Amino acid sequence: METFQDVLFKLKKYWSDRGCIIQEPYDVEVGAGTMAPETFLRVLGPKPYRVAYVQPSRRPADGRYGENPNRLYKHMQLQVILKPSPADVIDQYLGSLEAIGIDLRKHDIKFEEDNWEAPTLGAWGVGWQVMLDGLEITQFTYFQQCGGIDLDLIPAELTYGLERLTAFLQVRDSVYDIEWAPLATYGDVRLADELQNSVYNFELADVATLWSLFELHEKECQRLLALYPDYADKHRFPVLPAYEHVLKCSHLFNLLDSRGAISVTERVAVIGRVRKLALGAAACWVDQQSPVQAAVEVAQ
Amino acid sequence: MSVPFLREIGTEEIPDWMIEPALASLSSLFGGLLAAERLAAGAIRTDGTPRRLVLRTVDLAERQADAEELVSGPPVSAAYKDGQPTGAALGFARKMGVDVAALERHDTPRGEYVAYRRKIAGRTAREILAEALPDLILKIQWPKTMVWGAKGGPRFIRPIRWLVALAGAEVVPFEIAGVHSGAVSVGHRQLGAAHVPVTIEDFDRQLYENGVIVSAAVRRIKIGAKIDALLMGRGLRIREDAALLETLAYITERPSPVLGSFDREYLSLPAEVLVTVMRHHQKYFSVEDAEGVLASHFVAVMNTSSDPEGLVRQGNERVLRARFNDARFFWTVDLKKTLADRVADLAHVTFQTKLGSYLAKTKRVQKLARKLAKLAKTDPAPVERAALLAKCDLTTDMVKELTELQGVMGGLYAREQGEPEEVWRAIYEHYKPASMEDAIPATLTGRLLSLADKLDTLQGCFEIGLVPTGSKDPLALRRAAQGVVKILVEGGLSLPLSKLAAGDQPLAEFLLDRVRYYFKDIRGFRYDEVNAVLAAGHDDLPDVESRLAAIQAVRPTENFEPLAASFKRIKNILRQAAGQAEPPAPQGQGQVQVQLLEAGPETELFQAFEKLRRRVKRSRAKKQYREALEAIASIRPQVDLFFDKVLVNAPDPDVRRNRLTLLDQLLSESSAIADFSEIVATEASASAGAEKTEPQP
Repeated sequence: METFQDVLFKLKKYWSDRGCIIQEPYDVEVGAGTMAPETFLRVLGPKPYRVAYVQPSRRPADGRYGENPNRLYKHMQLQVILKPSPADVIDQYLGSLEAIGIDLRKHDIKFEEDNWEAPTLGAWGVGWQVMLDGLEITQFTYFQQCGGIDLDLIPAELTYGLERLTAFLQVRDSVYDIEWAPLATYGDVRLADELQNSVYNFELADVATLWSLFELHEKECQRLLALYPDYADKHRFPVLPAYEHVLKCSHLFNLLDSRGAISVTERVAVIGRVRKLALGAAACWVDQQSPVQAAVEVAQ
Repeated sequence: MSVPFLREIGTEEIPDWMIEPALASLSSLFGGLLAAERLAAGAIRTDGTPRRLVLRTVDLAERQADAEELVSGPPVSAAYKDGQPTGAALGFARKMGVDVAALERHDTPRGEYVAYRRKIAGRTAREILAEALPDLILKIQWPKTMVWGAKGGPRFIRPIRWLVALAGAEVVPFEIAGVHSGAVSVGHRQLGAAHVPVTIEDFDRQLYENGVIVSAAVRRIKIGAKIDALLMGRGLRIREDAALLETLAYITERPSPVLGSFDREYLSLPAEVLVTVMRHHQKYFSVEDAEGVLASHFVAVMNTSSDPEGLVRQGNERVLRARFNDARFFWTVDLKKTLADRVADLAHVTFQTKLGSYLAKTKRVQKLARKLAKLAKTDPAPVERAALLAKCDLTTDMVKELTELQGVMGGLYAREQGEPEEVWRAIYEHYKPASMEDAIPATLTGRLLSLADKLDTLQGCFEIGLVPTGSKDPLALRRAAQGVVKILVEGGLSLPLSKLAAGDQPLAEFLLDRVRYYFKDIRGFRYDEVNAVLAAGHDDLPDVESRLAAIQAVRPTENFEPLAASFKRIKNILRQAAGQAEPPAPQGQGQVQVQLLEAGPETELFQAFEKLRRRVKRSRAKKQYREALEAIASIRPQVDLFFDKVLVNAPDPDVRRNRLTLLDQLLSESSAIADFSEIVATEASASAGAEKTEPQP
């Protein structure tokens, strides 16, 4: 039987064989693999890029104290970006399922319309949820816009739900029962994480503290982004650290939301604040990557 | 010579609901192209699967008919002098590349001109199609398109991956986004080859052998037939669901149903929840026994030919089990907090940014519901209670997960929590009617709640300027207004429409527009009847319905249309008279002075009118409009005679005014039911209704 980690190894190997850089998880909290700079920033601009990485993704409101067999505060996504998308991208994707031992002639695969939109990131795309015997296993998206910017090269984004996929392969009804490694279940590895974070997110997180953290990160990000226009040595400019503050804000927003601390009127406004930061960081990144800036860099 | 033509656009999976409209758009674009290019062809036929849009025609002319074009040259007066061609004529002939003798003359509104009849040789269909198809394909109308190459590249619903274009045995060569047309199709993702050479003759067979049923009609039939076979002898049947069948026919290239089952213990959950999970989340048909009771089975439709090891069935069963477990968890957890305790939480649920939270909406709806209950002369307490709780299910986990169940869940939770039936049923049904086909809520309380909810949305949105325009109606205000009209009419609620619009003129007109639509398009009344009845008042919709029914019943009788024509004439006379120096008394106000009546037709009309007047009044008061109309119609002989023999515009101003008053009374008595001047004569009686002009004194 394929363990959870076997599935990861095989998928990474598969995409590595197809020219992807295998990145490691990003080390700032994100709600989805899309938010890691390897996707959010790299899809911008005209440079081709191929990358695959596992991204632990945190959704505070989805936590269930480890009691629900299918819902997790933090789940693992395998995120694959193929920029530009190759003409046989779906065949390549289906090949990855074969690579982890799914005999597609014995199963039912459907591509059901599912367009993706992330207002906080100014990003959207069109695509599908991929259904395997009635189970959604992958989100497949052709990005169209990111950070409010039309993309130069349209990437395909494949987001595998690794727990679901492994539960499917191992025929388990609960994610906590899947084998992560021989003799170790997913529950052994992660249950405490789920329980404790649920307690924190729903019960103990201090709302005032979260708000002030949000504001601190927002301020720092704004301060940095305001420096960019006059910053002389553009290629040295810390766009990536500025973006990390955007991610912090986004995660704090999610925490506040799961605490029920954001009122109706605030909600739209707070999403707008995060979005503004994300758009600002994206614009700096694009400018920093532009041929003009690259030429300056070479000249120096 | 003519050839068959086939064109297949191969794509990645197109959303099921967009395929039929796209095929229609494709077909009309192609038809337009053939017409514009003068290419004769047989009928256009389209087929589609999620991965292909196929268009075929037969008897496509191999080349355009030759055509002629008349090119105009100089005027004849300038082209010939003394019968000899001038420089102008010679120059024109030279420009046309012909001898001057080949020119002809033609008449135009500006005079006689020299012209040359130029022959245009028809181009081949292949040539024309090769040139036009790329643009034509990219012009197909989609709700949303994407780019799949680089910025600025072609837009389509999903990436185009292959193109087949054949005129007879020959490829029609063209290219879109790097994909070249050819004679090679692609099979089913799992069941077929990646390269399937096709000809027009064996296209369907080749694809069938490669796992694809090209025709949606055939896929639909196969799904139905195979489901029947699966359930045969088990005493089970699926709950018919035409929309789901349509989705499944267009989400598959090779559909096959499988019968799955679930643990009977889940049947303890509300059937509404189970069915919604199966239908909306898993696209399964639910299954019931002969008595119509939900059974612990479902039918899933695969996009493959078989499930030999039962893996697909087991997979679907596992998914459904997880979903039902979730639902059971939500049901248990949600019941721990009563709806009443959730009211405050509605402050965190946005209704509309400018209109505030659902808590704010709840308060408004409560107030409105009380007002409506008072107008309907019923106890406001139950509907106020229902209004207070109606939106609380938006804070439950079940509705957050299964949004389709809003309202229904609220009702079910209210029932579990011991709310009286009048209250929980009203909550359960308060989104009804969801469409024009859907029934209205069954109880008065439910109707009032549904009205209050919809009217609040309408009033609020109109207040902040969110008015639907053209096809844009993101908040489904038309549906809400349509629901209001349907409830008022079919619920027999005589609540004044003007009060429901709360003095908002655009909203009042918007509602009236829906009233017209409802009676005309849904109920099938004739447009002129609707206009006539609404012109006589549209505040009380059940009354409008009664009046319409009366008109419809009386219309075929012999006196009705001619009388309607006479009334139209009376109206014109009165309108003309109103503009004169001594207008008659305002509508319906004057008194006929008997001593001024002329003996004969005028007196006869007056007497007949006096006689039927009371009858009409009595019938109207009892809303017996048919009787009232029949009574009015019976006066036709006297009216006809009056117009035949009596000059309304008598020289004596007193006599004239008295006649006008008589006509005015006659008109106003009937106009309370319908404005007859709006009735358009049907052909048979058209001549009888021909207008005569009244001579001026």
